Amino acid sequence: MGTAFGILAAKEPDFQIHGLLKFHLFGQELWLTTTHVSIVIVCAVLMIFAVVVKKKLKDEPGKPGALQNVAEMGIEALDKMVYGSMGKRGIPFRNYIGALFCFILASNLSGLLGVRPPTADYGVTFPLGVITFVLIQFNNIKYNKAEAFTGLFKPLPFLFPINLIGEIAVPFSLSLRLFGNILSGTVIMGLIYGLLSNIAIGWPGFLHIYFDIFSGCIQTYVFCMLTMVFIKDKMPD
Amino acid sequence: MGNITNEAFILGCSAIGAGIAMIAGVGPGVGQGYAAGQGAAAVGRNPGAKSDITSTMLLGQAVAETTGLYSLVIALILIFANPLLGKL
Repeated sequence: MGTAFGILAAKEPDFQIHGLLKFHLFGQELWLTTTHVSIVIVCAVLMIFAVVVKKKLKDEPGKPGALQNVAEMGIEALDKMVYGSMGKRGIPFRNYIGALFCFILASNLSGLLGVRPPTADYGVTFPLGVITFVLIQFNNIKYNKAEAFTGLFKPLPFLFPINLIGEIAVPFSLSLRLFGNILSGTVIMGLIYGLLSNIAIGWPGFLHIYFDIFSGCIQTYVFCMLTMVFIKDKMPD
Repeated sequence: MGNITNEAFILGCSAIGAGIAMIAGVGPGVGQGYAAGQGAAAVGRNPGAKSDITSTMLLGQAVAETTGLYSLVIALILIFANPLLGKL
């Protein structure tokens, strides 16, 4: 950067993934990166929340605490969302959808606390997309049996390559959507805190509201919603 | 022109390419604006269904945003993780 931004910038922009610890496993050179650290932080926060809620949970008649009310509200909203978009057959999926929702939401919101969001790493979002893909294809075979494979040749046999690409593209489009959204927010916030660091006081908060809270919540909702829609597509009516 | 190194040439062209890739942002902008306009019209016609309309609109907009995000990813790859430099 040099002197070009001398007045505005006190430091270089920093939004890259940094390697923290190098180690060798099975002849491969592997790194522990900032993403791992932020995933551990996010998971620890989620686990602590779960343990605290479990402790406060009361089944006996009596006045439930505030935390229990909030947790029950969240669970009810989740159940409603899953039931509304998948119907009766979708009830078993609420565990997966709920875990997905909590993890992605906590990851996206972690940008507020100065942690680099784990979902801004393609190595995190792609596995999420692959899990969804496996779930989709498993249900495809479970409900449609042989139709799952012959369906690729419909409506016309020569459309097979296009149908196949349409199936395989699902995890990529799902994961790239989440990754691109969160990464763009991370990069812009990194540039602001890096290149404008001397005047970045207070007002980037408004950008955090858009990039972290609004965009993060919308993308969480979209990822879960699309997962449910894709799975429901494979179920018979 | 004689004293441009190969590396500088590739970096410069990559920067131009990243800029051109982001022209794709026009498409999602038009599409999302159209979806928002239709959503506003739908709320005007049927204010009772506001929450349903809003969530459907946001879902559609987020899906329409995908093409723009592909171009963003390509632009970021060209700038920060240029695969062409390794081919020198």
